[in-house]
Amino acid sequence: MYSIRRWVVRNARFFEVVYRTFEPVVIKLAPLWNKVGYPRVEKPVSKLEKFSKELLFDCKMCGQCILSSTGMSCPMNCPKSMRNGPCGGVLQNGHCEVLPEKRCVWVDAWEGSKKMKSGDAIHAVQLPIDHRLQGSSSWLRVARQATDAASQHKQEGRDD
Amino acid sequence: MINHDTGDGRRATLASAYSSNSRLERVLKAGYFAVTSELAPPDSANPEDVYARARVFDGYVDSMNATDGSGANCHMSSVAMCALLSRVGYDTVMQISCRDRNRIAIQGDVLGAAALGVNNILCLTGDGVQVGDHPEAKPVFDLDSMSLLDVIVGLRDKKTFVSGRKISDPPRVFLGAAENPFVPPQDFRPYRLAKKIAAGAQFIQTQYCFDLPQFETFMARSRDLGLLEKCFILPGVGPLASARAANWMRSHVPGVHIPDAVIKRLEGAQDQKEEGRQICIEMIQQLREIQGVSGVHVMAHRQESAVADIIKKSGVLDERRPWVPDSEQQRGEQQRGEQHKLAAGFGHE
Repeated sequence: MYSIRRWVVRNARFFEVVYRTFEPVVIKLAPLWNKVGYPRVEKPVSKLEKFSKELLFDCKMCGQCILSSTGMSCPMNCPKSMRNGPCGGVLQNGHCEVLPEKRCVWVDAWEGSKKMKSGDAIHAVQLPIDHRLQGSSSWLRVARQATDAASQHKQEGRDD
Repeated sequence: MINHDTGDGRRATLASAYSSNSRLERVLKAGYFAVTSELAPPDSANPEDVYARARVFDGYVDSMNATDGSGANCHMSSVAMCALLSRVGYDTVMQISCRDRNRIAIQGDVLGAAALGVNNILCLTGDGVQVGDHPEAKPVFDLDSMSLLDVIVGLRDKKTFVSGRKISDPPRVFLGAAENPFVPPQDFRPYRLAKKIAAGAQFIQTQYCFDLPQFETFMARSRDLGLLEKCFILPGVGPLASARAANWMRSHVPGVHIPDAVIKRLEGAQDQKEEGRQICIEMIQQLREIQGVSGVHVMAHRQESAVADIIKKSGVLDERRPWVPDSEQQRGEQQRGEQHKLAAGFGHE
């Protein structure tokens, strides 16, 4: 919902803390995800993720969540799906050129990022999105990547 | 200091310092004040329409931007316009918008354009479809301006497609991007410029500048971030036709910011059109004085024929005369254009 989404951005610092606490939990649960099997766990987790993130951020389930780099303002709400900053058409009142009744998600993102501890992440260039991940869970992907990276690290250690 | 090596860019042996055969790149890197302009794309399939529109700038601009469905309106494609113009030897800036094509189409077009002689590419996200004449069209936006820069850098420098597949001869292009220092969030704009430079932008053309203090602030902040040594900045300028036109522009064209003072000055003038051009001339002269400004980009929508005079009166070219096609070549192209007209005429009968 638009008003909730705006409220979240105003409280970006708080949600950054929530995310910081939540992320290690998801990663810690990796053995459980592994045991049940990622394909099997994907459906309920992505449903839960969709429900909660849709409510808070108007999440579009792009599957490659970068909320922590965008001031907790979901860039997929931009009508041009811009993941790297505002376009040149932002109206003088800070609203969107395509949806003039709504505020530009990047004007919000910039304000949100200024409130966050790791707000500097907004300066990183985001690479082209992988459209195959649309609808999938970002949380599970993060957990999987973390465990994959850890096991790879272990593997490399053994090779040495 | 006239013409330097820029008249013969396509045949010259290239120093490794250049990333393309672009004349614009040479003019900028030689430290000259560069002038680029925007070509109005024709709503026709006649090549002569393109040549005629280019000819009005002869001797006053270093490169011409061919827009890619600007304002989300349908016109001749930028790749075709640039290909036609590069046949004669003109230097062009091919604009690519992410609105209408995905990464497969865009990468193919970049290779094709480079093969056809295009040396400069301007990476844009593009206007939304709702502002144009086909609001019912599907907006693509597979990439954005920033990831588009990254993709083309990959083609040029890593010699690979996004997929990682190798390409044998990379496109040698000078890469540009746009910036609009005049719209919110203004304090993020210099950082966004930094991001574009990190993604691969070598030159920047900005939205219309009518508000000098705001532009100066943007440049000062960019200077503090150390961006001005990494990139050539060409602020956008253009003549306003009248106070009414200026009012219409600022309320209807997203991203255009015109201060009240400018509109008042136009209203008070006897000849508003002339005053609009005078404002543009003064703006070019003032911009030139700003540290880090490497040239100007003139967008004179429906006043293209006034550009030469504006540049001349501004005096920014000093004694320099940008490249012009030699008359014989030009005549050849004209003839071809005529033949096409004839052929088109027969076809319709």
